[in-house]
Amino acid sequence: MTIAETEAEIISEFSLFEDWMDKYNFIIELGKNLPLIEEQYKTEQYIISGCQSKVWLHAALSDGKIILTADSDAIITKGIVNLLIRVMSGHTPDEILDAKLDFIDQVGLKEHLSPTRSNGLTSMIKQIKLYALAFKAKSEN
Amino acid sequence: MRMNLDINKIRDDFPILKRLIYNRPLVYFDNAASTQKPRQVIQAITDYYEQDNCNIHRGVHYLSQKATDAYEATRNQVRDFIHAASSHEIIFTRGTTESINLVAASYGKQFISRGDEILISAMEHHANFVPWQVLCQESGATLKIIPVSPEGEIIPEEFDRMLSERTKLLAITHVSNVLGTINPVKEMIRKAHGTGAVVLVDGAQSVSHLGADVQDLDCDFYCFSGHKMYAPMGIGVLYGKEKYLEDMPPYQTGGEMIREVFLDHSTYNDLPFKFEAGTPNVEGVYGLHAAIDYIQDLGLENIAAYEHALLNYAAEKLSAIGGMRFIGTAKEKTSVLSFLIGNIHPYDAGMIIDKLGIAVRTGHHCAMPLMDWLKIPGTVRASFAFYNTFDEIDKLAEAILTVKQMFE
Repeated sequence: MTIAETEAEIISEFSLFEDWMDKYNFIIELGKNLPLIEEQYKTEQYIISGCQSKVWLHAALSDGKIILTADSDAIITKGIVNLLIRVMSGHTPDEILDAKLDFIDQVGLKEHLSPTRSNGLTSMIKQIKLYALAFKAKSEN
Repeated sequence: MRMNLDINKIRDDFPILKRLIYNRPLVYFDNAASTQKPRQVIQAITDYYEQDNCNIHRGVHYLSQKATDAYEATRNQVRDFIHAASSHEIIFTRGTTESINLVAASYGKQFISRGDEILISAMEHHANFVPWQVLCQESGATLKIIPVSPEGEIIPEEFDRMLSERTKLLAITHVSNVLGTINPVKEMIRKAHGTGAVVLVDGAQSVSHLGADVQDLDCDFYCFSGHKMYAPMGIGVLYGKEKYLEDMPPYQTGGEMIREVFLDHSTYNDLPFKFEAGTPNVEGVYGLHAAIDYIQDLGLENIAAYEHALLNYAAEKLSAIGGMRFIGTAKEKTSVLSFLIGNIHPYDAGMIIDKLGIAVRTGHHCAMPLMDWLKIPGTVRASFAFYNTFDEIDKLAEAILTVKQMFE
């Protein structure tokens, strides 16, 4: 599935929810099912600090594709991290660099990416793209 | 006692309280971060721009005289409000943070040096923490931090032990923004003066609840912000005893603080203008004037009594919910209630409480050293003002039950 296709799939899943509470219950469930980062990477080196919640992120290259794992201390943050990983993990650096990630806005979660939320998500997306750039540069050398 | 305030009439004065948030009536419990503004304050700002707007202190024309008179009348009003000895001990600043930075930069550079100690507490807001940390780094002085008990009170024996003739400055908050603890500042000031230390009191969280009497406290510096006491943002006050302010060098230069400029040097204006560089926040001062009038019309004692009743009701109501952990259970408190709901992360709790139309603050509240000290990631903080109601507290209790259902 391409990044755009996964994004479309998520948008259609979210279209089923009638109110905010259903939506957040779903995000909480997603949070509980996040593909977790290995304990050895839950260190200062892999932390993306927000003011309110923390995110740990690990990226590895396997067969030319980036595999992402993560964790957060807040469940709602974890749920949204899960969505971002579902969209981006398993794709090539170029695909990740081109990802628009419009789905966040379309499923009504844009507020979670505002700087005032300070939950580490905005920095996490930046960090994923930086990893993609680094892996790309490495493979071109 | 609470009957002394007509809460419905008061609520009518605050236009924002009529707003719907996510189709629910706004419940505003983030008053320790910033209070809402009554229409009297909003009108004062409008009146300034519609009737009096001009630069102050330098024009001979009618408007300049009128705006300057209003600005200086507010200085006198603030003097009376905090019971200062003289108007020229009142410096207008952008807020508490700037007031503290002014003292750290000006008094600190002149009078603090290697080997000296600065004493603060573990419950200080970053604004009363970092300026002293930086000053110590630059001057070679040592920053000492008075520990706080698990209940959220300064440990008096530790304070006594840490205070010495090396202590050149004690910087202490009157009320903790996270815990609501009212510190025994008067007693601490007396002891600090006994060993020769100068004392700065951060009044940001106390002035709108307890008022201030700087001469009774005998503090050397006192700082507060307008926006936490129903006035606009960007206006605050530094009070300093004349004998210290006179000896301190200017903090910023240019504008009204100048007396004469020569090619090779300049001379500076007298107090208070020496510390008010550039064009001041005149609209903020007009707003501050209206806010102080508003508070004084209600009466500080009536405000404190009603807010205390709100705090007690909230503590009782929320205690009845299983698994609540209250952070800050000092005997003497203002209307701040910090808590955790079981092991639910404050960010998660805050997100859901927000969706229910209730504004609370979550996170470390700009007091990261205190969070480290208490070994928690942050808290959910509800802080009450005189326009809040008992019904609103019931809504918060319901919201907490919803959070528990969703996360547990």
